[in-house]
Amino acid sequence: MGSNMAEAHPVGFQWVVEARERGAKVIHVDPRFTRTSALADLHVPIRAGSDIAFLGGIVNYILENGREFREYVQAYTNARTIISDDFRDTEDLDGIFSGLDREGRKYERESWQYKGMDVGASAGEREYGEAEGEQAHGAHGGELEQGEPPREDETLQDPRCVFQLLKKHYARYTPEMVERICGVPRAQFLDVAEALCANSGRERTSAFCYAVGWTQHTVGVQYIRTAAIVQLLLGNIGRPGGGIMALRGHASIQGSTDIPTLFNILPGYLPMPHAHEETGLDVYVERNAPPTGFWGNTRAYMVSLLKAWWGTAAQYENDFCFDYLPRIDKDHSHYRTVADMEDNKLRGYFVMGENPAVGSANSKLQRLALAKLQWLVVRDLDEIETASFWHDAPEIETGELVTEDIATEVFLMPAASHTEKDGSFTNTQRLLQWHHKAVEPEGDCRSELWFMYHLGRRIRERLASSERERDRPILDLTWDYPTVGPTEEPDAEAVLAEIGGFDAECEPLADYLPLRDDGSTTCGCWIYAGCYADGVNQTARRKPGREQSWVAPEWAWAWPMNRRILYNRASADPEGRPWSERKKYVWWDAAAGEWTGEDVPDFTPDKAPDYVPPEDATAQQALRGDEPFIMQGDGRAWLFAPSGVVDGPLPTHYEPAESPFENPLYGQRANPVREEYRRRDNPLNPTGREAGSDAYPFVVTTYRLTEHHTAGGMSRTLPFLAELQPEFFCEVSPELARERGLEHGGWATIVSARTAIEARVMVTERMKPLRVDGRVVHQVGLPYHWGNRGISTGDSANDLFPFALDPNVHIQEVKAATCDVRPGRRPRGPELPEFVRNYREQAG
Amino acid sequence: MSERKGFFTDTSVCIGCKACEVACKEWNQVPADPQGLTGNSYDNSGELGANRWRHVAFIEQKVSVGVEEAPPESFAREAARQSLVSDGLDPHEDADGFRWLMSSDVCKHCTEAGCLDACPTGALFRTEFGTVVVQPDICNGCGYCVVSCPFGVIDQREGDGRVWKCTMCYDRLKDDMEPACAQACPTDSIQFGDLDELRERAARRVERLHERGREEARLYGDSEDDGVGGFGAFFLLLDEPETYRLPPDPVVPTRRTPEVWAAALGAAAVLAGGVAASFLRGRR
Amino acid sequence: MNPKGGEASMVPRERPTTYYGRPIVKRPVWKPEIPLYFFFGGLAGASANLATAATFAGRPRLARRAWAGAFVGVTVSPVLLIRDLGRPKRFLYMLRVIKITSPMSLGAWILAANGGATTLAAGLNLLAPRRRAGLPEIGAALVGAPLATYTAALITNSAIPAWSEARLEMPFVFASSAAASAAGAALLTVPGEETEPARALGIAAVVVEEAASRIMLKRLGPLASAYEEDEAGKADKVARALSAAGAVALVAGGKRGSDGSRGARRARGRRAAKHPAAPGGDPARRAITAAGGALLLAGAVCKRWAVFKAGFASAADPDQTIDLQRDRMAAERRPGA
Repeated sequence: MGSNMAEAHPVGFQWVVEARERGAKVIHVDPRFTRTSALADLHVPIRAGSDIAFLGGIVNYILENGREFREYVQAYTNARTIISDDFRDTEDLDGIFSGLDREGRKYERESWQYKGMDVGASAGEREYGEAEGEQAHGAHGGELEQGEPPREDETLQDPRCVFQLLKKHYARYTPEMVERICGVPRAQFLDVAEALCANSGRERTSAFCYAVGWTQHTVGVQYIRTAAIVQLLLGNIGRPGGGIMALRGHASIQGSTDIPTLFNILPGYLPMPHAHEETGLDVYVERNAPPTGFWGNTRAYMVSLLKAWWGTAAQYENDFCFDYLPRIDKDHSHYRTVADMEDNKLRGYFVMGENPAVGSANSKLQRLALAKLQWLVVRDLDEIETASFWHDAPEIETGELVTEDIATEVFLMPAASHTEKDGSFTNTQRLLQWHHKAVEPEGDCRSELWFMYHLGRRIRERLASSERERDRPILDLTWDYPTVGPTEEPDAEAVLAEIGGFDAECEPLADYLPLRDDGSTTCGCWIYAGCYADGVNQTARRKPGREQSWVAPEWAWAWPMNRRILYNRASADPEGRPWSERKKYVWWDAAAGEWTGEDVPDFTPDKAPDYVPPEDATAQQALRGDEPFIMQGDGRAWLFAPSGVVDGPLPTHYEPAESPFENPLYGQRANPVREEYRRRDNPLNPTGREAGSDAYPFVVTTYRLTEHHTAGGMSRTLPFLAELQPEFFCEVSPELARERGLEHGGWATIVSARTAIEARVMVTERMKPLRVDGRVVHQVGLPYHWGNRGISTGDSANDLFPFALDPNVHIQEVKAATCDVRPGRRPRGPELPEFVRNYREQAG
Repeated sequence: MSERKGFFTDTSVCIGCKACEVACKEWNQVPADPQGLTGNSYDNSGELGANRWRHVAFIEQKVSVGVEEAPPESFAREAARQSLVSDGLDPHEDADGFRWLMSSDVCKHCTEAGCLDACPTGALFRTEFGTVVVQPDICNGCGYCVVSCPFGVIDQREGDGRVWKCTMCYDRLKDDMEPACAQACPTDSIQFGDLDELRERAARRVERLHERGREEARLYGDSEDDGVGGFGAFFLLLDEPETYRLPPDPVVPTRRTPEVWAAALGAAAVLAGGVAASFLRGRR
Repeated sequence: MNPKGGEASMVPRERPTTYYGRPIVKRPVWKPEIPLYFFFGGLAGASANLATAATFAGRPRLARRAWAGAFVGVTVSPVLLIRDLGRPKRFLYMLRVIKITSPMSLGAWILAANGGATTLAAGLNLLAPRRRAGLPEIGAALVGAPLATYTAALITNSAIPAWSEARLEMPFVFASSAAASAAGAALLTVPGEETEPARALGIAAVVVEEAASRIMLKRLGPLASAYEEDEAGKADKVARALSAAGAVALVAGGKRGSDGSRGARRARGRRAAKHPAAPGGDPARRAITAAGGALLLAGAVCKRWAVFKAGFASAADPDQTIDLQRDRMAAERRPGA
């Protein structure tokens, strides 16, 4: 669900095909019949933006029919935990949770806590002001004494226990309701639910694969949370064949969150310190490190990171240079930054490996904002739209931008491609795979590593004589990577070794367990510790699968500690025995007194299943021997999330920010804390029952094609790829084509409040109209690869979409919005904005 | 001579990614040949030719909603049945019987190759791997192979004048590497290997599909009894060959060559005789 | 299942659909030079035969004109062929190998042999008009006949249904068309008293060509549409009209005239020979005959064009390929069923 795996991840999809050949059933739930559906046993067409209702329906099916994996749920999840009496569910408040601050568009989360916990010291305090939710990656659990929630009911009968709350919360998500919201006939829905249940339990496991079809929503994080609940109820986490596969959008997007390009986390998901409040390392650790679970070692991870960055300058006396770290004071995410840019609050901008003028929502606003910059650095393989906006953006044609008036100085730096540089990719499975340079980059093309290293080197040279305090963080950096060749390319392996970490004797670390908070160890990313164990590039290992066990531990290297399945302690029962012979993976070897199995156990190796922590235990030692979810303060998987998620402890179906429907479940239509930029340059379509919503009656969704890569910078310029998908097109059903007079192969204009774009029409049976909430709704599919440059050109689908974001992670909702479609090409020049304005005015 | 090499293209696992098309062009430096948006599903490259040695076909098919026809093991069967009895609002009824076939076509490297038999210059030859390859330094572009291929594979390249087609990556085979398309194929829809072994594998595969109720699976080109003496590159199809732009019963023109020559010589004799006879009247 | 098995598909259908109507076999890449070559090759081959026969029959004027026709044919032919090549400079590669399976290969050798023999024979006949037929003449005639018909083999030995399925009749169409061309060319220039064999040949050739064509189309069944529709159809109609008109002209031009036999010629003596403009003493009939010859030539060109374009039409229509093979499969299965 939420993924077109065969098209967007064809190489990974080979394993789905392989599994199917071995008897696995593949079910594809997706608005469109795609190349993934073609290989699936069953395709279930669903209305874009309604997946939580579908998954919630499965939760309800499981609970109503007693299909949960009872022992697993009882032992390994927080199902038995009693929740605060102050908590009010959406059931009680017509679609919102307790603690909503409607003015501030945020939740106060005190009432969501475990009952009996010291609310004042809860996890909620770790997240602040506007930056809240930034810590979604870094939300590491409530503050628990010894890892045990204070109040529990092992029978799961207490009406305030998580299990009963869950049951109540999802009771509305009946098959009939699923049919009404998703447009999936109840019979078909029941088929899927039953298939999933039947294929889960002791003997069998099922997996979910998702991609940006789930994340790019105003409730995206909650989509995934719902899947997590389903998988936990069915016992499909930490076990072979189970799990939730996050299919990432590029080769190393996983890597770019592990070693983040995000503003709010540091390597290894350490939260970025916050200005004003986290004045020193002690305060930071106190606020961010729960005493129990592996996050209890946060100080050691942080100090090792600081030592890796500032070397000898980082000493106990100066907090290991903790104050050198930049601080965040608010949301600095992509869309906030672009909005600030448009409002003249930003002077310079680096764009590397991204093409926001095509790839980001409301890309028109992106382009307009770029023109407000003083300078812009773009590093890419070609002059992408983001670099060329000043002379050929579509807004030049419409007159909204005038080249002569744009003062932005654009620095276009030619980049080396992945075949022209060494480095690692971290994939969905957390597998770091090294790639070796095949050819030298041509001309002035250089790797990102080269660029950042030499940029830093030159800045340091310029500042070398500086006495100013503010320059110390730059001057004290360990900026000493060895370089090779005439271009002085930094040695990528040296960077990897720094990330992998060293002990006090400067020997490479084998894993993260030896990390210390006394400054004796260095490690650039604690979860990557050991990737350079024994001085060997572990990520470059390529032992063929047939020459090793089926888990293939000697193919590349997986974080953490080369574990291939996380939380794999859950593959054994509380006593440490495999749940079944068929699904055995990691188990307790009582004779040897250690955990053993196919994989590296994701557990303290010698902690017996019956281990009970002593009173004074901290970190992982505070968790019992039968608690597999060792990153959580309570060692259990969270069906109910008291912290870490800003828009509700339980996932709830909300309509997309733009949808033609009201929410059939509650009075609350859309996510009450979604981020919407209500500004003149980001108008939103009227929705649901609002006046004028019928001007934009169709659901529109974006997607990718195998033939192109994301915003097209790497593929539209290549003749072999461009010829395979030469033009931007829209996919519509024959019914919609009839209704709107669209001709196969002709042109259509697609309109939203932001703009109108044109696309060639692909009429196909693969698009099905759905019956939702008593009426037929049509969906329009738009691949988003196109822009005005390259061999294959076309309008950009993302021009149509608004800045409407998930509040946890600030990801745009481009997988579901509303639009109108009409036959023929769009108006050109100044008539285009005029046309769109008229549409808006007619809508009211 | 080495073991005869071949391709087995199993279209039942093709995901239509076109990696084979691109890998082939990259390796063999086959020029781009843009056709524009064809509107033929996701196929914008048309068919095999001088500038396309692998081609992926896309066929969108509405198949009967009848429950009997659905593969017995699939959920679609039950879903289809339930849909039919549900309240009639259901717009999915015919979607349940929808399928999207994809198939990567390639030169068949026939045992009896029409192109090879037709070539008057010897530019086309049979390699030590049993494949059929054009030598570009010999071909003079007479075009006879073009009309001699029952599959419409080989073609003349505009602006170049010579004919081009799949070589099964002859250069790679010589270096003990598999062809670029087979290596690029993520799902092993394209399998490369010893032809005999591939045929056995294919027979097992189709048997297995039949066991799983996919009666529509059939092999195409695996038999030496066919009109070209068996394909060096054969297929597992899920529909009739012509659906994929493949001839249902290809016969190499050379099978008819004796008849052709007999008729030509007969006609030549008649011509000579007729000319002679036209003088007879004068003698009378 | 092999392609012949024809098991029932999952969804029974009358006939499987084509792939977006795309052709299965490739259309020829040949340019108009090729049908022109078919014409000139036919002209050359048949003329060589006519010339040789005339030489034997003691009709030197006819022989000389026919040798001229043959010479023009074999001179123009390689030029046309080379112009059609994708790589014209490599025309000699045609003689790198000899392949019985390839009518083009054997044809190249036939053309080369015929070219040599005809050039030699034509030259000798020019130098010695009263020369008796020798090895060059016999050689030119022997390879001349296959030169006129191998081009039919060339196209019928292909994967194009409307050509391939006409393999038994097409050589006769080509042979008669070539004979008509040779006769037509001769009649353009030959004085009346020696025309009669050519006239007879021309008339007979048109009749035979029409008959062979009709048989061919009948036997082609549905494939005949390739010859009957569109450009090929139009060219074929024109070809038949021209040929028929040519034949009528020949008949008209030959009536009441002398029979042109050796005896008659002797009887008329040398006077007539000195005034070729008045064959049989009738310039009008001479003109009609010449016009008939021209019509025959034009008809032969159109006929080759029609056949040529029919191949394109047949290749472009996937149903021709499919129907032919499906019908064959059905026929082959029936006895066993």
